[in-house]
Amino acid sequence: MATNEENIPSYQDLDFYKSQRRLALANCGFIDPESIEDYIASDGYQALSKVLTEMKPQEVIDEVKESGLRGRGGGGFPTGMKWQFAYDASGDKKYIICNADEGDPGAFMDRGLLEGDPHSILEGMIIGGYAIGADEGYIYIRAEYPLAIKRLEKAITAAEEKGLLGEDIFGSGFNFKLQIKAGAGAFVCGEETGLMASIEGERGMPTPRPPFPANKGLWDKPSNINNVETFANIPIIIREGAASFKELGTEDSSGTKVFALTGMIENTGLAEVEMGTTMREIIFGIGGGIQDDKEFKAVQIGGPSGGCLPDEKLDLPIDYDSLIEAGAMMGSGGLVVMDENSCMVDVARFFLNFVQSESCGKCTPCREGTRRMLEILNRITQGEGEEEDLELLRTLAESVKKLSLCGLGKTAPNPVLSTLRYFEDEYEAHIKNDECPGGVCQNLLPGYIIDYEKCIGCTYCIDACPIDVVDGRLEEIHEINEEDCNACGACEPECPVDAIIQKNYIEHFPQYRHLLEEDEEEVEA
Amino acid sequence: MRSVAELDNLQKEVQSKLEKQAEQAQLIIGMGTCGISAGAKDILTALETELEERELEVIVKKTGCIGLCEKEPLVDVKLPGETRVTYGNLSVEDARRLISEHLENGNIVRDLVVAKMEE
Repeated sequence: MATNEENIPSYQDLDFYKSQRRLALANCGFIDPESIEDYIASDGYQALSKVLTEMKPQEVIDEVKESGLRGRGGGGFPTGMKWQFAYDASGDKKYIICNADEGDPGAFMDRGLLEGDPHSILEGMIIGGYAIGADEGYIYIRAEYPLAIKRLEKAITAAEEKGLLGEDIFGSGFNFKLQIKAGAGAFVCGEETGLMASIEGERGMPTPRPPFPANKGLWDKPSNINNVETFANIPIIIREGAASFKELGTEDSSGTKVFALTGMIENTGLAEVEMGTTMREIIFGIGGGIQDDKEFKAVQIGGPSGGCLPDEKLDLPIDYDSLIEAGAMMGSGGLVVMDENSCMVDVARFFLNFVQSESCGKCTPCREGTRRMLEILNRITQGEGEEEDLELLRTLAESVKKLSLCGLGKTAPNPVLSTLRYFEDEYEAHIKNDECPGGVCQNLLPGYIIDYEKCIGCTYCIDACPIDVVDGRLEEIHEINEEDCNACGACEPECPVDAIIQKNYIEHFPQYRHLLEEDEEEVEA
Repeated sequence: MRSVAELDNLQKEVQSKLEKQAEQAQLIIGMGTCGISAGAKDILTALETELEERELEVIVKKTGCIGLCEKEPLVDVKLPGETRVTYGNLSVEDARRLISEHLENGNIVRDLVVAKMEE
């Protein structure tokens, strides 16, 4: 023991780690991801050896079914069933694909896994290939993850050298090879059929289903796609057994889930918890709460396909179904935490702007619907919203949801619908009162005023104002023309005596009461 | 890999190699994208230069992200037979202190410590 070790917290004492259950992330931060030997030392490829030498493909599928594992990339479809479809499909050539096209704003779970423990994904894929009868696999990964790609390439080369990829693996007669396909950064390529089109060298556009990829996928062959985290769970299930995996989590969502914590949260990072943990525990326990002691307003979960949940939904035990019920979705696990200074209309606008730009344009409801919805949201955030807008937004949202071709369009209205559901008062404040409660929407912000008791007449603010609405002369008290001030805030930091304040702040601070009283007197007069 | 036995033998071999390594002092540095963007590469260079100058035989191990992105760059010091200690939010200068104070003299650098990792 080092001489001065007392009073140093251990990992188990840290709020960030104490309620985590690291299964998929178990090796991350402990092994050298570029060393296959490190992975093998921590029981790596043991699951593969068990599968290839002791189990029939159907037994592998049954084990995965038994575990209750559901797809970690979004919708939560049971992985075992997906494998069964691909196994049952007739065809001499099949493909297994890993979807590593992680594109949700604020999400980096897959990147953490790929960079920290790439072999676990390889092992999961080889097992999956054996189970469905595929001898070839693709990892579709976004080009914006160069380090993850580099580590995957190293991992594949090392596995080939050790004979864990290639021909007659473990003397079982099973052959398997793996390739990486770097995506060019279109969000829609995370959609199964769009992804496969992209691998084929086509433009990344989804196709109608059926035919499902399990029957007619990549190059028209039966194919199976799973997410990075899903594959990372496979070796664990095989090694530890389906029963022990199923012990974790809730009845319908077994195991753990990795979440990426971002936004106005104290501890940003990657956390893995048992399914059924509450959002409150993740944000206020593991995440350490909100930065700068501000108030929590909402958490955006599931990226552009997900929704915003308010405080009263934080005690919900997280699983796939509870989140759908609450108007969000698990998605891939990105959590963006927002504080009192966020505008929920602006957040909805941000996500809608994202999906609108990423819409591939193939189907009309998504291409046109999201554009019209975005126009309405732009109007509202600019203070030009009308009362009928909310009804119109709801109608459009329902249509886009029902009629779009693929998951991108079907889920695109979720951020709008969930903010309308929980924060309708903010929409109304924008439309009816020309106010932005979060203080974000520029056009709706109250202008600035000058505290005449502090002003020294230095003219700095006059020089700073880009639209010349500050009046005054050197060494005389200055005044901002409130009517014309557009609240850009350029003058505020220039003032050497902090005499410039935004008007909505004055009522909250006793030291500005004199300014407020003056206002009231004016009204009375 | 032609048989299960081959894998098991390799596992035993690398495990004993890692056990041997544990008899030596180790520096463990988080080299995920989060660590690198927070400055881990500069820290790695500084650590390697410092080790060379002081002629210290230390294993420098690079890992992925341990999850605590907020505290990156992270460097852990593990002395033989002692608990692994994690340091965070490090500057290049801080990293050099880990070598002079903890690695060489066995004193935990208390103002930089995040936590210790008990088995």
